[in-house]
Amino acid sequence: MRYRDIQLDESGRLRHFLSIEGLKRQMLMDILDYAENFITVGGRSIKKVPLLRGRTVTNLFFEPSTRTRTTFELAAKRLSADVLNINISTSATTKGESLLDMLRNLEAMHCDMFVVRHAQSGAAHFIARHVAPHIRVINAGDGSHAHPTQAMLDMFTIRRHKGEFADLRVAIVGDILHSRVARSQIHALTTLGVHEVRVIGPETLLPQRVEELGVHVCHHLPAGLEGVDVIIMLRLQRERMQGALIPSEREYFELYGLTEEKLAFAKPDVIVMHPGPINRGVEISSEVADGPRSVILEQVSNGIAIRMAIMSMIMGNRFGSEEEEQ
Amino acid sequence: MKLRIHGGRLIDPASGLDEIGTLCVADGRIVAAGESPEPFTADREIDAGGLVVCPGLVDLQARLREPGQEHKGTIESETAAAAAGGITTLCCPPDTDPVTDTPAVANLIQELARRAGNTRVLPIGAMTPGLRGEQICEMFILSQSGCVAFSNAERAIVNTEVLRRAMEYAATHDLTLFLRPQDPWLSANGCAHEGAVSTRLGLRGIPGFAETMEVARLLILAEQTGARIHLGPLSTARAIQMIGRAQYDGLPVSASVSAHHLHLTELDINDFDSRAYLRPPLRTQRDREGLHRGLVRGVIGAICSDHQPHDIDAKLAPFAESEPGATAVETLLPLSLRLADQGVLSLSEVIAALTWRPARILGIPAGTLSPGAAADICIFDPERYWTVAPETLISQGHNTPLMGWELKGRVTHTLLEGRLVYQLKG
Repeated sequence: MRYRDIQLDESGRLRHFLSIEGLKRQMLMDILDYAENFITVGGRSIKKVPLLRGRTVTNLFFEPSTRTRTTFELAAKRLSADVLNINISTSATTKGESLLDMLRNLEAMHCDMFVVRHAQSGAAHFIARHVAPHIRVINAGDGSHAHPTQAMLDMFTIRRHKGEFADLRVAIVGDILHSRVARSQIHALTTLGVHEVRVIGPETLLPQRVEELGVHVCHHLPAGLEGVDVIIMLRLQRERMQGALIPSEREYFELYGLTEEKLAFAKPDVIVMHPGPINRGVEISSEVADGPRSVILEQVSNGIAIRMAIMSMIMGNRFGSEEEEQ
Repeated sequence: MKLRIHGGRLIDPASGLDEIGTLCVADGRIVAAGESPEPFTADREIDAGGLVVCPGLVDLQARLREPGQEHKGTIESETAAAAAGGITTLCCPPDTDPVTDTPAVANLIQELARRAGNTRVLPIGAMTPGLRGEQICEMFILSQSGCVAFSNAERAIVNTEVLRRAMEYAATHDLTLFLRPQDPWLSANGCAHEGAVSTRLGLRGIPGFAETMEVARLLILAEQTGARIHLGPLSTARAIQMIGRAQYDGLPVSASVSAHHLHLTELDINDFDSRAYLRPPLRTQRDREGLHRGLVRGVIGAICSDHQPHDIDAKLAPFAESEPGATAVETLLPLSLRLADQGVLSLSEVIAALTWRPARILGIPAGTLSPGAAADICIFDPERYWTVAPETLISQGHNTPLMGWELKGRVTHTLLEGRLVYQLKG
């Protein structure tokens, strides 16, 4: 069937990076291990390796983004690739036809990789299915579906602090319903074999039958944080109030905002994560966001290493390969 | 012109006929089914040995895309496809452009269909002008112009007072209303069944109760107004239970389901396969079983195609931005025949759900091989396998979740009033 394993080539190697779902544990571990190599690159005075020299990476952003686009750009540049940034406002291009036309044009310019962000779930799969065979696609966030590089950088951050995944209890708090980050994190955490994943939020922000993704559902924040090693807070979009999903930011913060007080329910060595950008005083208090348990800024720097690892892996260029030795 | 079809298995659920025999046609009408009347000198013979001879199919819902969306399909192209699927009578919903809310549009559709000459086309008139749900259409005049029923197509009539009056008015003039139940708020922007698959893929869901909420509203109004309503195509097991109960209570309510919903589920969306983006959405396995039970118990009277041909670009977009619907007239019969293979229904019951039962819902004298009836006939090879592929489809639309499937059962001949309108080549 043509729709199976579009991410993998015939020999099981990564050819696109679209979602965590469908990737095996060993593949995820490989990515994490390989990313360790790039952590040092950022600290050097010359922050470049020639793994993608002569390649063109196109950032194709149909949705505004600063952080993700910037880290992808930096990652590509540190791999010595040429980078093209294309920001398309969703209002100008919402038809698939022009999306495909745009892809054809970029193909004609001999791009090698598309990094895609799009407001529609499945957009990256759609693009991967319709690009020329030599082009690689990385999903930088599609609708509410997946944001796999974010999940991998989160796993990387967790591993750097906690070592093994097996005994961990992880709580994901907030708007799971609309969160592509949460979906990818859940797949990554369950694939890596953590002890327990809890999702915490009001019923209005939890998708139907979310338990089938392998998580425990909890509606009460203090109870849900009991004994957890990792807390992942999700961003609450302001427009959720209009959809009658929550009454107000005030009430949301009261119930699900992470404060020092609630943090005390978790393990003493808990780490607090957030994919950013954070809404201070809505989902997290400043004390916690800037406090000693927070690893939020570390996530950002790890994001560059993870993206360098994934980009070079899908282009088939690794340290020690011929390209590197040139 | 006299025609004899011999050697075939004649199945006519309306008269209970199921035997190997001869069907004789003269002047566009059936003269005899079973035994050949003596003397009968045929001008033409069709050898139907090994084939099934049944009434031409009656499809309660097929979009022909004309007028207004000829880039997706035309009355000529889609009725030709329907004839290839064994359909001899089909109803087209009023969401054309312009909307079928005036006799002019209804007449245009019928005139184009007559010129094409492939199938009978019965327009369904709009319940409200422009489908806006604000006033009621000239339903009586439209019925005089050939509209066989009235509908607001995909658009729910939100204003309950307007809906009530439309139903009262239809009841006054003994007109049938075709209603597709879906709560507009619960389904807003949704594109897949709200459940495990929509959660996994991050797609906006349409809960099952978006259908049952509206079924409840429609049943209550039908009870109040006495309107004869037909609900469909349906997608949930619960809706079938509710309608079964209403039928038991004596309400004049009938129901239909599309062949796709009898075989596919939400899982067929796979990784964002836009060909499986249908409306109503494909639902769970449990719902599919509920639809099967509805057919067995007779709550669901008809299987329709819900044919919706599209141009290529309509499906070439991220899932939610693509257009819903599948081309379906050519797969209606073989998909429905699978129910007989699976032991859900007998072959005769499958044919009933495709012929005289939908005809009865419409109140038209079609879907039977009884002597005197119009010679609308479908002949098919129940054992013949064929693969759904762009080159095997006649419809202008190639958008089907069944693309590449091997189906069993293929139409060999279709006759409309005794005239051969389709014959399988090779």
